[in-house]
Amino acid sequence: MSEPLLSMTNFVAEGYQDGQWKRIVDAASFSLNKGEVLGLIGESGAGKSTLGIAAMGHVRAGCRIAGGSIIFDGIDLIKAPEKQLRELRGSRIAYVAQSAAASFNPAHTIMQQVVEAPVVHGVMDLKSAEIKAKDLFKILQLPKPETFGNRYPHQVSGGQLQRAMVAMAMACSPDLIIFDEPTTALDVTTQIEVLGAIRAAIQAYNSAALYITHDLAVVSQIADRIMVLRHGREVETGEARQIIQNPKEEYTRALVSVHHGTAPKLVGLEQTANILDLKNLSASYGVGVKVLDDVSISIPKGRTVALVGESGSGKSTVARVIAGLLLANQGEIVFDGQSLTQSYKDRPDDILRRIQMIYQMPDVALNPRMKIRDVIGRPLEFYFDMAADAKERRVSELLLQIGLSDKYLDRYPSELSGGEKQRICIARALAAEPDIIVCDEITSALDPLVAEGILKLLQNLQDNLKVSYLFITHDLATVKAISDEIVVMHRGRVVEQGTRAQVLSPPHHSYTKLLLSSVPEMSPDWLTGVLRDRAAGG
Amino acid sequence: MDRLPTMIFKRLAFGVLTLVIISLIVFWGVEALPGDLAQTILGQAATEENTAALRAKLGLDQPAYVRYLDWLENVLTGNLGESLASGRPISELLSARLGNTFFLAGVSAVLAVPLALFLGVVSVLYRDRWVDKFISISTLSAISFPEFFIAYILILWFSVEYQIFPSFSRISPDMTLWSKLNAVALPALTLTLISVAHMMRLTRAAILNVISAPYIEMALLKGLSPWRIVVRHALPNALSPVINVIVMNLAFMIVGSVVIEVVFVYPGLGQLLVDAVSNRDVPVVQASVLIFASAYVSLNLLADVLSIVTNPKLRNPK
Repeated sequence: MSEPLLSMTNFVAEGYQDGQWKRIVDAASFSLNKGEVLGLIGESGAGKSTLGIAAMGHVRAGCRIAGGSIIFDGIDLIKAPEKQLRELRGSRIAYVAQSAAASFNPAHTIMQQVVEAPVVHGVMDLKSAEIKAKDLFKILQLPKPETFGNRYPHQVSGGQLQRAMVAMAMACSPDLIIFDEPTTALDVTTQIEVLGAIRAAIQAYNSAALYITHDLAVVSQIADRIMVLRHGREVETGEARQIIQNPKEEYTRALVSVHHGTAPKLVGLEQTANILDLKNLSASYGVGVKVLDDVSISIPKGRTVALVGESGSGKSTVARVIAGLLLANQGEIVFDGQSLTQSYKDRPDDILRRIQMIYQMPDVALNPRMKIRDVIGRPLEFYFDMAADAKERRVSELLLQIGLSDKYLDRYPSELSGGEKQRICIARALAAEPDIIVCDEITSALDPLVAEGILKLLQNLQDNLKVSYLFITHDLATVKAISDEIVVMHRGRVVEQGTRAQVLSPPHHSYTKLLLSSVPEMSPDWLTGVLRDRAAGG
Repeated sequence: MDRLPTMIFKRLAFGVLTLVIISLIVFWGVEALPGDLAQTILGQAATEENTAALRAKLGLDQPAYVRYLDWLENVLTGNLGESLASGRPISELLSARLGNTFFLAGVSAVLAVPLALFLGVVSVLYRDRWVDKFISISTLSAISFPEFFIAYILILWFSVEYQIFPSFSRISPDMTLWSKLNAVALPALTLTLISVAHMMRLTRAAILNVISAPYIEMALLKGLSPWRIVVRHALPNALSPVINVIVMNLAFMIVGSVVIEVVFVYPGLGQLLVDAVSNRDVPVVQASVLIFASAYVSLNLLADVLSIVTNPKLRNPK
């Protein structure tokens, strides 16, 4: 076997945090051959992005390389002088970032940025670079490849921009491309297009790639081999198929089963009264732009209704209208049999107490200067006027309910992990003893295993407390795991609603079908199959 | 694209309103001075009768608002009145002076703006290293001195010690461009020294503001040189605040050159204003102030328009 294209040996990287250097990547080793695709998978903080960027000889500010070697085609990237690295970057090793919207320079057209690397590196002159760019636009199935490049980044959609970034990376026909979570910020239906385009492009140019993601199902569509990382250490490495079908390590098994494991909900639920009815709601931001169009949703007592849709479908707007933060132009909100005033300002305290919210970003939703004791104690004081010792007891009780303990009482939010913070947000909502909790994408910012724990917690709480959830999400896997009923929204309208079984089994509304078929499955053949079906279907 | 005309129109309307308010302030300010024009003109020779006669002749016996409206009407029709000191039409006096002031400001801007941008970029490239610190300290010291002090230091070096440039910046329309440039070298250099620091520091800060953006990391990972990253990828996105501070400095070069013009005996608008104030040549003061104000207003309008024109999101709507 010939020399590998890239080999990393005992690579150690450290990050500066709280006054000391901490290990981000701990003795990682792998090698990558020409034309091969290696998937790097791990949860946030696993060090996978650091590893990816290090493969270009770069470390972000606040990080440093503390040992090991990275050899690219005979060049030691750690020891190489900046000038030599500059010659490699963009021409022989290219980078595709997570957010194209942030990684494209807003001041230049897409074409200017795509041809920049080949021209600067002297690989091509401007004319042939432009021709090459148009070819790439075509391969990546961008609309009107001839003129696509004349647009500015803000003038094209997120999915198109992400593909344009792939074109930018491939402009010099690099030997190696680093993909750093290139589809994570996209909706599922867009993700599938981008994923297909990426795979077609790397096959067309026979590039090697390092594909970094937290989504095992996604990476198994593209990678030949997969390396699983956790806390900066390698867990296991193997053929993609073997990792998915026959994982050796416990941790990998857990990652794989997140996608399979969905606790079956009780079937044959008896009908209960509705706690919340939204009747024919229409709402808009400003003048003219209708975000909600005749939306009717009913949430039964003690049940979970999942509200699914892609970004821009209006699902978060529904939450804002329920909470009284946005006034609907038309329609009615009926809560426990009585009509609600639209603005939260006009609602009595007791109604405010009975409708609680949990948000996507627990970091932002918790006051960083308040101890956990006060975060959870606040609603107790506010709604129930509890005395100090009663409050203390109740806070401990709530902490126990969410699977944490008394030792969290005096901590600040910054001392907690993302999952723990979200649990605190749940406890804060529960403290008000609500009838319904609106959960807005509460697991989207969490790693899959942590998210699974949160979903289980919510289910337990519902079984014991009979609280209702309106569960807003774009993630169909989450929906399958938690919902009793499902509402699918698309462009401000409800396109389908019913019990979980009804919505998830055929016949589907065409949009629901598109959505369902776009969820990556834990099978290396999934993408190929779906793309073939879609091509055949029209 | 029809945002721009609407905005320019709105801005122009506001500018006109500002000018009207300024003219009011100037007018009432002059009103508030003790004595009036008639007394000033007659000076020592003033008696009850001839003062009253002159007042009637000048229309000063009319109520203030009538005189303001008359004055405004004259200004709008391009008639700025006559100088009391020389009796010549003010517009004639001003036009030559105004041209000189713009010439000096223009030369200073041509020196100062590229220099400030260049130093700003360099100090970003070498940030927190000695080059950056040296640029910061030297430009800061330059604005820390009063402008006349810098002017005298420059005269000392360039006119007295080495005699490269003249210390009296007399220019006249029949001079060649080269000798004009030679004449304004020192005042232009003074204006440059006192304005570079603002522009350079803001350029540096504005670029550093965008340097942590993901597209800068992307540019780095495309293998671009630091120079290209800063100039081509960071600077265009930092332009809006930079343009604003540049334009404010241009306005300063036009309006704030009063002291410098006096030091170098430069026949500009500032010099004229100072003379007019000491002669109590009120119509000239009014006209000059109005022109300074218009310069400020129109340069601010220019800054707003440029900020939009250089922002691709506003220039190319979806």
